[in-house]
Amino acid sequence: MDNDGTLFSSGVLTEGLIREMRPPESLWKDKKGGLAVVECPQRIPCDPCASNCPAGAIKPFADINDTPVIDHSRCTGCAICAAACPGLACFVIDLTFSHDKALFKLPYELLPVPSRGDAVDCLGRTGEVLASGRVEAVTEPKRDRTRVIHVSAPKDLADHIRAVRAVKRDV
Amino acid sequence: MREFTTDILVIGGGAAGLSAAAEAASAGAGVIIAESDLHLGGQLVKQTHKFFGSRDEYAGTRGYKIAGILMAELDEKGKNALSMTSTTVTGYYPEDGMFTAMRGEESYIGIRAQRCVVASGAQERIIPFVNNDIPGVYGAGAVQTLMNLYGVRPGNRALMIGAGNIGLIVSYQLMQAGVEVAAVAEAMPKVGGYWVHAAKIRRLGVPILLRHSIKEALGERAVEGAVIAELDDKFAPTGAEKRIECDIICLAVGLSPTTEILSHAGCRMSYVPQLCGFAPLRDRTMRTSNPSFWCAGDASGIEEASAAMIEGRIAGLCAARSLGFDADMEKLDEYWSRLDHLRAGEAGEKIRAGIAKVLRGRWED
Repeated sequence: MDNDGTLFSSGVLTEGLIREMRPPESLWKDKKGGLAVVECPQRIPCDPCASNCPAGAIKPFADINDTPVIDHSRCTGCAICAAACPGLACFVIDLTFSHDKALFKLPYELLPVPSRGDAVDCLGRTGEVLASGRVEAVTEPKRDRTRVIHVSAPKDLADHIRAVRAVKRDV
Repeated sequence: MREFTTDILVIGGGAAGLSAAAEAASAGAGVIIAESDLHLGGQLVKQTHKFFGSRDEYAGTRGYKIAGILMAELDEKGKNALSMTSTTVTGYYPEDGMFTAMRGEESYIGIRAQRCVVASGAQERIIPFVNNDIPGVYGAGAVQTLMNLYGVRPGNRALMIGAGNIGLIVSYQLMQAGVEVAAVAEAMPKVGGYWVHAAKIRRLGVPILLRHSIKEALGERAVEGAVIAELDDKFAPTGAEKRIECDIICLAVGLSPTTEILSHAGCRMSYVPQLCGFAPLRDRTMRTSNPSFWCAGDASGIEEASAAMIEGRIAGLCAARSLGFDADMEKLDEYWSRLDHLRAGEAGEKIRAGIAKVLRGRWED
């Protein structure tokens, strides 16, 4: 019974929307720093992504209920949106990290906070473990306890990895 | 009985009440805030998540920080405002404009006020199911208070009933507190809260079971599990059931406005399903049919805290104005435009329909 519609109704993005929200390949593949991917398909009264974007890449909203529209040519991959979005719906993905790995900049508000060099589980949209990733950096852009975890993981999962889970270390 | 006298009594020191008090006090009115809890801030103090809305509604700021901002504003204008915590308003005597209130466990006080803003908030609903009275069955709001205010972890593995914003947000906060969330069960065919809140917990592995509700809590002395049942299009059980391993069950099945004092004051009320219960009729100034009473926040109909803060501003401004204080009434249109924006989206559809049923033109004098 888990068709696309049912999944979407419970908070999982459909294949069609994943494609729609994907940055254009031509801009994305060589963009150092990466580009923002914003998975916010519902009209709700909320605009911090746009009002916090220092590059003007997430266009200002005419109506507070607008869904984000991104001018990817202006996005610098700074990931301020990832830190500012109250819905944790903004991610930055840098496809230039290495020949086979992308760098995912993902919002994170759990404990423990992993450190650079740690291995973490990379999760898909239903919490499935897709790969093991390596934490390359941990930032706190807004100084408000929402961290942005920079994690390297297989590039072919660029459309699928959207969260990380700290892996318990053996004591 | 000790007596106090003020221009405006604000009942409730949460998002709406603090906003009303700050607005009325800055217009120069004397204000007493009566708050039944041990501290001001209402639900804001336990809201560790960032708010939605725009900058005007503190978007991107965590709820408990907003409580701090409102209290600081009140402090600044505090010459005219007195807050009383552990103070529950219990009655209103119109013949001499006297409110009675219980202060702490022992003493009664009288508060004589010319105007009253009722910002008394809401109460959590409960639904009937077998064993719903055993320890471990909580309101989601209670769990949020335990965790985020008192630092108490309520259990190890939770079942959440209801996927409105409270159910979704508290599920996330349970995970932040280190509690596993076994599942969220939602009777409707889609989540009622914001889609992004659902996505956030889905990607951490929490299943959201649509068309499911709780049938039974398992356990003798405390919750040891739960049975959930699948529902059909008419919300009747299909017969398919699942056992969920959990030691707490959180009910996030809606709120009802707390309106006793409004009814007591003879304000005309209407049962409005979209506002989740009886709600006072009001005009654009948030004045009720009783010319001495204003309403704001969840007490006027269940909505988000962002809207509650604006309604509080409107009620405080207009109550002060009605007493001749120098309130800048140009702000009224600005506040309404902010409210209209907040309510404009898909998520605001229900609220718009509800407000249309209780909003009146000018009250006949």
